[in-house]
Amino acid sequence: MWGFVRRFRVITLGVALAVAGASAMADPAPARVVSINLCTDQLAMLLAAPGQLISVSDLAADPESSAMAEEARAFPVNHARAEEVYLLRPDLVLAGRYTARATVAVLRRVGLTVAEFDTANSLSDTRDRIAQMATLLGREAEGAALIARFDADLAALQATPGDAPRAALYHPNGYTLGAGTLADDILRVGGFANVAADLGRRGGGTLPLETLVMADPDLLISATPLPGASRSEEVLVHPALEDLRAGHAALRITSPDWICGTPHLLGAVERLVEVRHSLSEVGQ
Amino acid sequence: MIRLALLLCLMVLALFIASLAVGPTGIGAGEGLAALVAGGDGPVPLIMREIRLPRALLGVMIGASLGLAGAALQGYLRNPLAEPGLIGVSGAAALGAVLALQTGLAATFALGLPLAALAGAGAGVILILLLAGPRGGSITLILAGIALSALAAALTSLVLNLSPNPYAASEIVFWMMGSLADRSMTHVWLALPFMAAGWVALATLGRGLDALTLGEDAAEAMGVRLTRLRLILVLGTAAVVGAATAVAGAIGFVGLVVPHLLRPLVGAQPSRLLWASAMGGAAMVLAADLAVRLVLPERDLKLGVLTAIVGAPLFLHLIYKTRAEMP
Repeated sequence: MWGFVRRFRVITLGVALAVAGASAMADPAPARVVSINLCTDQLAMLLAAPGQLISVSDLAADPESSAMAEEARAFPVNHARAEEVYLLRPDLVLAGRYTARATVAVLRRVGLTVAEFDTANSLSDTRDRIAQMATLLGREAEGAALIARFDADLAALQATPGDAPRAALYHPNGYTLGAGTLADDILRVGGFANVAADLGRRGGGTLPLETLVMADPDLLISATPLPGASRSEEVLVHPALEDLRAGHAALRITSPDWICGTPHLLGAVERLVEVRHSLSEVGQ
Repeated sequence: MIRLALLLCLMVLALFIASLAVGPTGIGAGEGLAALVAGGDGPVPLIMREIRLPRALLGVMIGASLGLAGAALQGYLRNPLAEPGLIGVSGAAALGAVLALQTGLAATFALGLPLAALAGAGAGVILILLLAGPRGGSITLILAGIALSALAAALTSLVLNLSPNPYAASEIVFWMMGSLADRSMTHVWLALPFMAAGWVALATLGRGLDALTLGEDAAEAMGVRLTRLRLILVLGTAAVVGAATAVAGAIGFVGLVVPHLLRPLVGAQPSRLLWASAMGGAAMVLAADLAVRLVLPERDLKLGVLTAIVGAPLFLHLIYKTRAEMP
């Protein structure tokens, strides 16, 4: 079943690349590219030719969200508002499939070309997104090199063999990520089973604190508190959760490496492989 | 009267036990209660003691507070429309709480959160009494309440929107509608002293409120000191509403519905309505919190949504009646 799906994906990707390749030959590569989505920001920064990318979204420069905040400082930021994007006179606007919908609609009405990117829900999706971005920017060679490096780095990160310990992602408001999400795939590659997926959760959603305590995960992964106060984050210091942390391994993560399908997610995998290794050492 | 007290007692007790027995993990009621009392190892006692018990306790405490505050305010203003949520007292308390959280006061000083909410609620009550004192009519009271509610809600939204924390802005609905989800014993201990003090203060008002039904002059002739009564009312209401709002957000309509339903059963006597409303309020909030968990368990439905669905039609009915009575 999975073999079939994967093969099917490769074929569709091949067709997509062939079609996109043909159109890229007809049009020269876009000279002025504006990105209005955190994930396309990062892919574009990784792949664009010097001077080709003229603006990234404000989130790209926010170290709480972006794995490339440092690099993003070199670019003028936009706030994904139609007016400012239009005034930049872009040849191509890069957007996410699910964010800034109103902005995308207005930009299309005024005649701009907008490329939408689907959310990457797995490591293999990530390879597809890199290829998609490379094609759009007319940087196929750089794209192929980045994918090859991604594959090589991933192959070098081998999880400790043996039974996978059970990990739970628990974020503010009790938000967790189940099967079919990028975080789930990161956990799997890092050598962990996802408690939320085992409980039958698909996609993102909230997990009651009670259910989490009952599931008794081997590793609790939660977000690092952000500056300023919020009630949403209070659940992360709930006494019941502190009890759980006292009995098991706990990992505080910052989210940038976990959000977007870019090679930076290998940083998250690497952390997990390390934790997995230390857990099995404790086990022995 | 004893029968009513017994009935309300049984209702609160049954709902309290039901609240302990209901949760997303299917822990059997007997097993859960045994683990709650006896303790032991494993996740079940932890869930019962740290997650379900505080939720049920807060339901009782907050419900009693809101019911009591509603009955006291209605007794003093001699107006069945006075209710902490509707006249903006809960909203002002929420503003105080949000300010304490966002300025960091709550983090540096443990009692900062309830004290700030209390200050907000107190300011709200005083404003309402100044704008629509005992001689003001229903319309003045409601208009003053609308203005105060709108201002408090707007300022709360502003403070949360300005917060550097990206989650803060999404919590506007919590502060406006209230919820008991994922509260802990920390919140129980934080709210309890203020609530207990407020309950005692408001409970002493019974005789004065009874006398007030005959009019202010008659009450003063009977030896009721009105300024002292007003001060205790302000402090008591601020303490209970402030503490309730600080830990669970603003929950409206409890103080409206409960006294309205119980008033005929206690012979319209304010002193009896006080304790009856406290117990009735506890039952109503426990029932609303149970419904939240049973109807849409995955959605973190806010408590205020349910109390408003029950309370708003009643509010409209009361306004209609008030209109009919006016010349």
